Amino acid sequence: MNLRAPFSTAVAIGFGLLVLLGIFIPDLADLRNRILNWAMLLAAMALLLGLLNLFQVHYQRIRANERSVYSIVLILAMVVTFIVTLLQGSDSAAAEWIFNYLVVPIETSLMAVLAISLTLAAARTFQHRTDLMNLVFIGTLLVLLLGAGPLFGMELPYFTRVLSPYINNVLALGAMRGLLMGVALGTITTGVRILIGADRPYGA
Amino acid sequence: MMPSPLAILALVVALMLLFSVWNGGKRRTLRNIPAIQRLQRSIDLSVEDGSRLQVNLGHGGLLSTHSAAALAGLTLLQQVAEIAADSDLPPVATSGEGTLMLLAQDTLRSTYRRIGIPDQFHLHLAQTTGITPFAYAAGTLPSVLDRTALSTAMLGAFGPEAGLIADAAHRSEGFSLGGSPALSTQAVLFAAAHEPLLGEELYAAGAYTKANVAHEASLRTQDVLRWVIIVLLLFTAISPFFGGNQ
Repeated sequence: MNLRAPFSTAVAIGFGLLVLLGIFIPDLADLRNRILNWAMLLAAMALLLGLLNLFQVHYQRIRANERSVYSIVLILAMVVTFIVTLLQGSDSAAAEWIFNYLVVPIETSLMAVLAISLTLAAARTFQHRTDLMNLVFIGTLLVLLLGAGPLFGMELPYFTRVLSPYINNVLALGAMRGLLMGVALGTITTGVRILIGADRPYGA
Repeated sequence: MMPSPLAILALVVALMLLFSVWNGGKRRTLRNIPAIQRLQRSIDLSVEDGSRLQVNLGHGGLLSTHSAAALAGLTLLQQVAEIAADSDLPPVATSGEGTLMLLAQDTLRSTYRRIGIPDQFHLHLAQTTGITPFAYAAGTLPSVLDRTALSTAMLGAFGPEAGLIADAAHRSEGFSLGGSPALSTQAVLFAAAHEPLLGEELYAAGAYTKANVAHEASLRTQDVLRWVIIVLLLFTAISPFFGGNQ
């Protein structure tokens, strides 16, 4: 019999209820904050474990000679960054240099790739999906592009002053609120499932 | 007058408990969500042809506001593992955050134990592939691009970088499904993924993959509450015509 299961379920439900009650009962606010601080410490520890996992996965790839060049670069970068920040602190000049001259440019490059990928994806969607939703999507996209500003120096007033603001401020806003309500309802029911122990993602 | 959050919570709990024990006297059919149907076909296919299914849980941790989306992803991971754990290439989970990685490992470990193959579980089946959003996407891309994972499900907190993963799935002729609570990401996934999950569909995956009775109950609760909100909105809109407060 797995004795860990009922214990971890009880702990999860108990702490979940205490945090929830802390929102509604002012006397429990301190306890709630303390629990959240513990959770933050655990999350920081989990982050270290995540980095260790990343290291292990790539170390095994190097040993198996599988995409090993990328794994060697990753492990070297990880070890150097970890040592530099550990010795000199995260706000040191060296750590800032790594962030500003390595991390930011690489992420910006990925962002640039993303812009091209999304343009291609939109074109592919237009080619492959021919349902009503897609036609609405493409039509809306065209209207918003035409309404975004002058086209070859020529303004299309009906698009820029009437159609585009109407879509942005009425139709899109309504749809966004509808989607957000769906997300909010889904979030609440998912939280309740965890609180009543119907979902146990902690492996119980 | 605004209803108090406690009253809303109490209503949700009451409705979920009611729908858990009462199924209306007849078998209910869930409305068709093509994305989830295609995912189910994809899971079956991955078992048949021995290809791998990858569940990406995003980079939102348990302490973030989007933690519920990641929990929905974990439910899907559990269902996928129950079906495909003993296939040639068992499903893998990726995350961009430590707590999610631990939960994914726990979810997989308990599923392997439940289906009687605990010795086949390995910690590397749930990986952290990067800590920042783009690092996470970059770490996830290789397994999609080299066709190690032919089916890619993205359920969790994602930013626009989800477009890179979906695009990689397209280029490697794999299948991609994605859902995120962020509206901008939903727009990206609508354009880039084979099957996007919009709005509350993200949280419905468990009910469709037959996770447990609570999932179907929560889906019915969402349906009821959605109608309550619609009625309240209509009432608020027309009440000024009948002398109500503006």
